[in-house]
Amino acid sequence: MYSEKVMDHFSNPRNVGEIEDANAVGQVGNPQCGDIMKIYMKINDDTQVIEDVKFKTFGCGAAIATSSMATELVKGKTVDEALALTNQAVAEALDGLPPIKMHCSNLAEEAVHAAIANYYESRGMDASEIKACTGECCGCPHSKEHNKE
Amino acid sequence: MTKRIYVDNAATTKVAPEVVEAMLPYFTEDYGNPSSIYNEGRTAKKAVENAREKVACAIGADPKEIYFTGSGSEADNWAIRSVARAYKDKGNHIITSAVEHHAILHTCQDLEKQGYEVTYLPVDEYGMVSAEDVKNAIKDNTILISIMFANNEIGTIMPIAEIGKIAKEAGVLFHTDAVQAVGNVPIDVKAMNIDMLSLTAHKFHGPKGSGALYVRSGVKLTSFITGGAQERMRRAGTENVPGIVGLGKAIEMATADIEAKQKKLTEIRDTYIKKVLERVPYSRLNGHPTQRLAGNANISFEFIEGEGLLLSLDMKGISASSGSACTSGSLDPSHVLLAIGLKHEQAHGSLRTSFGEDNTLEEVDYMVDSIAEIVDRLRQMSPLYEEMMKKN
Repeated sequence: MYSEKVMDHFSNPRNVGEIEDANAVGQVGNPQCGDIMKIYMKINDDTQVIEDVKFKTFGCGAAIATSSMATELVKGKTVDEALALTNQAVAEALDGLPPIKMHCSNLAEEAVHAAIANYYESRGMDASEIKACTGECCGCPHSKEHNKE
Repeated sequence: MTKRIYVDNAATTKVAPEVVEAMLPYFTEDYGNPSSIYNEGRTAKKAVENAREKVACAIGADPKEIYFTGSGSEADNWAIRSVARAYKDKGNHIITSAVEHHAILHTCQDLEKQGYEVTYLPVDEYGMVSAEDVKNAIKDNTILISIMFANNEIGTIMPIAEIGKIAKEAGVLFHTDAVQAVGNVPIDVKAMNIDMLSLTAHKFHGPKGSGALYVRSGVKLTSFITGGAQERMRRAGTENVPGIVGLGKAIEMATADIEAKQKKLTEIRDTYIKKVLERVPYSRLNGHPTQRLAGNANISFEFIEGEGLLLSLDMKGISASSGSACTSGSLDPSHVLLAIGLKHEQAHGSLRTSFGEDNTLEEVDYMVDSIAEIVDRLRQMSPLYEEMMKKN
């Protein structure tokens, strides 16, 4: 059901961990839906380059693989380049995801956005333009049902 | 490790060689249609009736009370829809439980849309339905009680004889989905006052696509498929003769010595449960500690999601199952685990292992080592685990 690339990134995820002196941290998803992704970045204030990035993810194989791939795709890129990262790009880089797992790639895109929004806010910049998840809706098509409960 | 360890016998089982052997002649030699009057037809008919006797004998029924079906789900659908239709003049209320298989739950939900009233009884922390609750739920318009014999996910064995007694006293029909129980628990439909019972061959080393519904004499049964005289005009369609023969042989073998099987599987199961709970912190057993299927263990591991665990176990040659939503094609975690009070994130991180007679204690050791290693790896990348560690 998963591509070889997904299995590779699930079995040997890149950039797992925390960054102690991170200046951008974002967390999206919620445990009810079974997916949480937390992302840490070290952004160079002068060049705006994401010099280091790490993640931790609670979720299925696809969630872990998309987290790993998304961190690979934004590492060494500028903040603006990272903001242009789409969930389709993450999924394509993994040679595709099963339809029911596409929300996992949303999670990765939103986590990147959430971390950068956190970085903007900590520097007194306007982050409203960045679509960041509140942690209630992310990538989970069932969250409306859960919220009703 | 080249040999795979199969611990998903609640999903399906390997067909026993004796069963295959019994089935083979009915593909290429005795391939007649049981409805034909010539020799080949009569041979096939005889084989079907012989299998019917074996199924009846295994559960303490009369052969004429057995109807062959294409699956356990079909038997469940048939039982519930037939009672709903045949007894609608008597009432429109059905009692079932929150932890039934979807073949029961979705059928009941469908009937609700048609105006039937369904009570879904809750279960206790072990997944047990209370017989007292069943009694209290019976109303004047109750026409059916359907409670599973044993749960497919957590293995809890329900108080079936007690519920049967209550149903009989109240004059309400009692159906049980015994798909997981047949061959694992002794069943006597008369002594247990069971009016209808569903079973399927592939859960006890028989072929897939071959199930049966027991219906006590005197219970009205509407036809499920029209268009032929098969199964006493109730289920049209040429009989799956090899499948039926396989069911007969498999149920005969599976019920020959249940006690010995229970003894062996209980030892493997309890060793596995004890070792996993000792080795892996933040893990818990789901289901009843003793009133459970001998081969079933269901353990939740906090802070991780079950699909990753299954994928990693697969890479180590272990085939198991999970209550995780991600493995089921839906996004909701197991309704059974939620019904016993688990939080969503706990339900996502569960592992069901269902042992069979081929499994060994050596395999258990390898499984426990593998699980401990994988759970630790997944926790190291879990933000929930990180959060908990920082708090403590």
